[in-house]
Amino acid sequence: MGHLAPLPALEAGQDNTMILNMGPQHPSTHGVLRVILEIDGENIVRIMPDIGFLHTGIEKTCEAKFYHQVVPLTDRIDYLCPLTNNLCYVLAVEKLLGLEIPPKAQWMRVLMNELTRINSHLVWLGTHAMDIGAMTVFLYCFREREDILRLFEAISGQRMMTSYFRIGGVALEPPLGFFDRVRDFANRFPSKIDQYENLLTGNPIWVMRTKGVAQISAEDAIALGASGPTLRGSGVDVDLRRDAPYSGYENFKFKVPVAKEGDVFARYMCRVQELRESIGIVKQALDGMPEGPIKADAPKVVLPDREKMKTQMEALIYHFKIVSEGFAVPEGEVYQAVESPRGEMGYYIVSDGTAKPYRVHMRSACLANMQTLPKMCEGRLLADVVAAIGSIDIVLGEIDR
Amino acid sequence: MALAPAITDLEQLKGHPAIAKLQSWNAASVEGAKFDRDEMTIYIERSAIREACSLLRSDPSCPFNYLSDVTAVDWYPSEPRFEVIYHLFSIAKKERVRLKVRLNGDSPVLESVTSVWPGANYFEREVFDLFGIRFNGHPYLRRLLMPEDWEGNPLRKDYPVEGYR
Repeated sequence: MGHLAPLPALEAGQDNTMILNMGPQHPSTHGVLRVILEIDGENIVRIMPDIGFLHTGIEKTCEAKFYHQVVPLTDRIDYLCPLTNNLCYVLAVEKLLGLEIPPKAQWMRVLMNELTRINSHLVWLGTHAMDIGAMTVFLYCFREREDILRLFEAISGQRMMTSYFRIGGVALEPPLGFFDRVRDFANRFPSKIDQYENLLTGNPIWVMRTKGVAQISAEDAIALGASGPTLRGSGVDVDLRRDAPYSGYENFKFKVPVAKEGDVFARYMCRVQELRESIGIVKQALDGMPEGPIKADAPKVVLPDREKMKTQMEALIYHFKIVSEGFAVPEGEVYQAVESPRGEMGYYIVSDGTAKPYRVHMRSACLANMQTLPKMCEGRLLADVVAAIGSIDIVLGEIDR
Repeated sequence: MALAPAITDLEQLKGHPAIAKLQSWNAASVEGAKFDRDEMTIYIERSAIREACSLLRSDPSCPFNYLSDVTAVDWYPSEPRFEVIYHLFSIAKKERVRLKVRLNGDSPVLESVTSVWPGANYFEREVFDLFGIRFNGHPYLRRLLMPEDWEGNPLRKDYPVEGYR
C-alpha cells in the first residue's frame, strides 16, 4: 500500500504519458482497490494495482482464537460468499482432526454452498453490467439475490454473515418448510437467468464492450496463478469440485463450463452457465437429501444439543469445556482448497497440538486473479479497464484480509 | 477419529514422482519428506528451491505446473525459525504437493520463484511484508498489504496480536 503517492516505478513516465489515479474510492473498483495507470492518450501503457486498504490482519487474529471462534472471522473475508469460506475452514480443521461428517451435513453444505455461489454470481453480474452501463440487470439480479438472502436468514438467522457451518457439521436443523422454499426458488430461477441473458448476451452494446476485450491466454493465466472462471474463460478445464472433490461433491453430476476466447465475454458466459449448473446441483441436493444427524458424533468437538445440556451432566460438562477452553487439535498441517465463486480458495492451517491454531493462512483466489490485470489491460483502451476489473470479480475483503 | 501416523522416512516415500524426480536431479536438494493426512510435504534445501520448482513445473510425466500458494510459518523462538511453504498443483494429474524451505532467523533470505511462475509475485511480496523474509531476484519486493512506513512484520510470533501502541 503506497500512501496514495504514485509508486516510484511509475513516476518516471515518458514525456508523452501521464499518470492517472483510479480509486480507492472509485465506484467501479468494487471496494477499495486503487489502480495506478500510466496512459498515453486513451491507451494504457502500464497499470499497477495497489492493494491493502482493507487489511485487517485476520490471519493474525485467528492465531489468538480457539478453533471454533475462527468460523465467524472467515465470513468476513469474502463477504459475498461467506459460506464457501466457512466450508473451506471447517473442512481443513476436520481434516486435521480426522473427523467423519454425517451425510446429511455434507449435503446441506453442498446445498448452501451452491446457493452462495448463485448469490455471489448475482452480485457480480449486476455490478459488472452496471459498470459497463447496463443498469437494469443490477435491479433484476438483486431481486433474486434478496430471495437467497431470505433463505439464509431462515436457516441461520443472518442474511450475510451466516456462520452456518460448524466444525463437525452444520449449526442447526433447517426450519420446517425450508426445503420447499428452496425448491420453489430453484424452479423459478432458470427463467430469471433467461431474463438476464436476454438483456445482455445478444445485446450489441454489451457484445462490443466485452468481446475481444481484456484477453488473456491459457499459458499466461496458469503462470499468473489465475483460477475459477478467470482461468476457465481461457480454456483451462479445472474445477476443484470435480477434480479434487470435497464434502460429497463426487455424488453430484454437473458440467464445468469452459470458454476458449479468454476475453470478458468468455468469463461472462462461464459464470452465467455456472448459475445454471448450480441450480442443477441444488435440485440434486434437495432430491437426494439423506436423513440422519447433522453433526458428527464427537462430543469433545461438537457442541451438544440444547435439550441434552439441560438434562445430562456429560453434555453440560462438554459444553462448558468447549466454550471455555476449546478443544485440542492434533499436531500437523493441512491445505484444503475449495472452488469458491472466484476460484481456488485455500486454507492452510498449522496446529501445534493446542486449542488455538498456530497459523491460519488463506489462499485468496482474487489476490492471484488480480495479477492478471496488467496482462489484460496493457495496450488497450482506458474504458476497458473497468470491464476487465469487473470480469475478474474481485472482492477486496478477500484480497487484503 | 482415527488418524494414520505420519510417514517421515524418506526411503519409504521415494516412489513419489516429485521426490524421485528431485533425487535423480540432485540428491542433496531433498532434505526430507513427510506424508501426513494424505498430503505430501517435501523439504527442499534452501539454495535449490528455484531450480526444484522449475524442474517440477516442466516434468513431462507429472507437471506440477500451477502454483497455488506461497506462505510462511514462524516457529519463534526455535531454530530454524522460518518455514516458507509452496503449494503446487498439477492440472493434468490433479495432484498436490507441498514444498518447504527452512530458514534461520538471522538471515531469512531465499531465491524468488517469480522467474518460474510470475504469479508468485504477490505471494512473495505478502510473505516479505508480513514475515520479513527476503526473496532474491524478485522484480518488485515491496510491502503489499501494510503501509510503506510500517515498522515490524505483523505475522512474526514476537509481534503482539494487538500491535504496538
